[in-house]
Amino acid sequence: MSTPETKRIEPEDSSISETTVEELRPLYRQMLAIRRMEEASAKAYSQGKIGGFLHLIIGQEAVCVGAVAALEPKDYVVATYREHGHAYAKGVTSRAILAELHGKKTGCVKGLGGSMHIFDKKTNFLGGYGIVGGHVPIAAGAAFASKYRGDGAVTLCFFGEGASTIGGFAEGLALAGLWKLPVVFICENNQYSMGTPLYRSLAVEDVSMRALAHGMARDRFDGDDVIKVKRRIAEAVERARATGEPTLVEVVTYRFRGHSMSDPGLYRTKDEVEEWKRRDPLNRSRARLTELGMNEDELTTLEDDVKAEIEDAVKFAEESPPADAYLPYVVKE
Amino acid sequence: MPVISYREALNQAMREEMERDADVFIMGEEVGHYNGAYKVTQGLLQRFSERRVVDAPIAEMGFAGIGVGAAMVGLRPIIEFMTFNFSLVAIDQIVNNAAKIYQMSGGQFNVPIVFRGPGGPAVQVGSQHSQSLETYYAHVPGLKVVMPSTAYDAKGLLKTSIRDDNPVVFIEGETLYNTTWDVPDATDGDHLIPIGLADVKRDGKDVTLIAWSKMVWTCLEAAKALAEEGIECEVVDPRTLRPLDVDTLAESVRKTGRCVIVEVGWPVAGYGAEVAYQMQKHCMDSLDAPIERVTSDDVPMPYAKNLEDEVQPQVKDVVAAVHRVLYLTE
Repeated sequence: MSTPETKRIEPEDSSISETTVEELRPLYRQMLAIRRMEEASAKAYSQGKIGGFLHLIIGQEAVCVGAVAALEPKDYVVATYREHGHAYAKGVTSRAILAELHGKKTGCVKGLGGSMHIFDKKTNFLGGYGIVGGHVPIAAGAAFASKYRGDGAVTLCFFGEGASTIGGFAEGLALAGLWKLPVVFICENNQYSMGTPLYRSLAVEDVSMRALAHGMARDRFDGDDVIKVKRRIAEAVERARATGEPTLVEVVTYRFRGHSMSDPGLYRTKDEVEEWKRRDPLNRSRARLTELGMNEDELTTLEDDVKAEIEDAVKFAEESPPADAYLPYVVKE
Repeated sequence: MPVISYREALNQAMREEMERDADVFIMGEEVGHYNGAYKVTQGLLQRFSERRVVDAPIAEMGFAGIGVGAAMVGLRPIIEFMTFNFSLVAIDQIVNNAAKIYQMSGGQFNVPIVFRGPGGPAVQVGSQHSQSLETYYAHVPGLKVVMPSTAYDAKGLLKTSIRDDNPVVFIEGETLYNTTWDVPDATDGDHLIPIGLADVKRDGKDVTLIAWSKMVWTCLEAAKALAEEGIECEVVDPRTLRPLDVDTLAESVRKTGRCVIVEVGWPVAGYGAEVAYQMQKHCMDSLDAPIERVTSDDVPMPYAKNLEDEVQPQVKDVVAAVHRVLYLTE
């Protein structure tokens, strides 16, 4: 088996992540909560308490957290089936997410959607979608509505590099580029489309190049540093808000686990996975907070607080009543 | 009431609803500057500007999805497919997104959208442009499927569909655009026909003919021919396939005791099979003969005019089926 060389797409640049404890601390907390929520989900899955498909985002947390940090509450987020982190970053609670995964009435969509279909109207989280690329036009549609109304909202659309070969991606980008819709397309390039590496799925591995075909701005960078992600996505969000112009951003990242719980990830070498784990965005942010003067006690307090939040969410999910209604949600009366 | 064409009735429906609600817009290929491939959107660009009459490039999946996303956040899109044949490249947006978002979001996001355009066999355009796809959509919970046969129904049902809070697949008869009927105009007030209400297009006592869209006209012609033999057919048009007005259909079948279902689609798993199931279930004790179905032949549509006619249900085929349920030999 051959695997591609693990490489940075750009040199380390620490200047971009000039930050403060006040800015970084809440982002570190979000990333850690997402990590702990995903670990709790994996545990519950192995205990048979969560069913179906479960796609974890462990390793990629800096992308959704950094990107959503660049938004205002009125902005929209559209995501894939690997969307627990995006939903959490947008403001959906760990209780609502874990209860949903457990198929409970108290879940964010009442046990009707599960892991892949988290939606939340009050935080403008427009959903998790299970058909690769099918949600890209939907994001363009939310942006179309913003332009139609002139409400100044921007839509973020997340997808993996595996979506860049399907029609929905091409058509969504084509129309957003043509009509100058205020949307930022964020390709979370985790380098494997399920089990297929880039070099076996893309003739041009730089997904951001597709922007050129649609007359939109592009950006491409490594996604280890949550502050860098926030800064670079903020540029695209600002462009969308100010001029209505879309951007295609490719963020190179890595998932530490398999595609889903049923995937042991045998298509990657241990060395490769270990190399990426050394770039863990959480460790990086924690070290940065220490550098910035946050002491170990403060960090431990934050981490204990996250632990307590997720333990509470698991307990809430387990103890909540089962889902109990599906008929009222087929057709709106 | 003025007599207007089916095309004009659809145009009036959109015009009135766009005047009434600023969130309604229309998007599709050639809907604006070209005034519509079938001229259904004639004059709307001039009246409502490019903001609300949006010419889309050839990207059905893309603009159908844009409609779904816009509807989720409160707009009321009318997405025109130049013909429903092209909806097949957007079917993921209709089935996986539009139909399911209300359910997937636990009732938080509804999708008030109309997918409309001509469907059913046209004239000598070959198999890819000449087929009936209503069964594909009528199968899907979360969608409503409307198929008007007359200008009167077309206007009233399109206005209601635009106001509906759910995704509506609105399939116009491709060969019906020039047909005419008495249709109320705006001065008569709002002409609204509820979705899910069948209409008896001709009264009769001997046999019930159930048909929608273009086949209603075939059945009315057959009923006229049969009347000369002394056979009185009742022609019932469900007008909407999902939800289906089982009560009105069953009431007629219980009265006549005989039922022929006529559709221009293919026979296998065609929508008529569902109608037949519902009728036998609700009218078993009243039936005097097995329910008959008349459909197109089980083949892709041929081009040559003589073959194209042969493939589709003709008046003589309906007459023959009526004779069969009456146990009259040919």
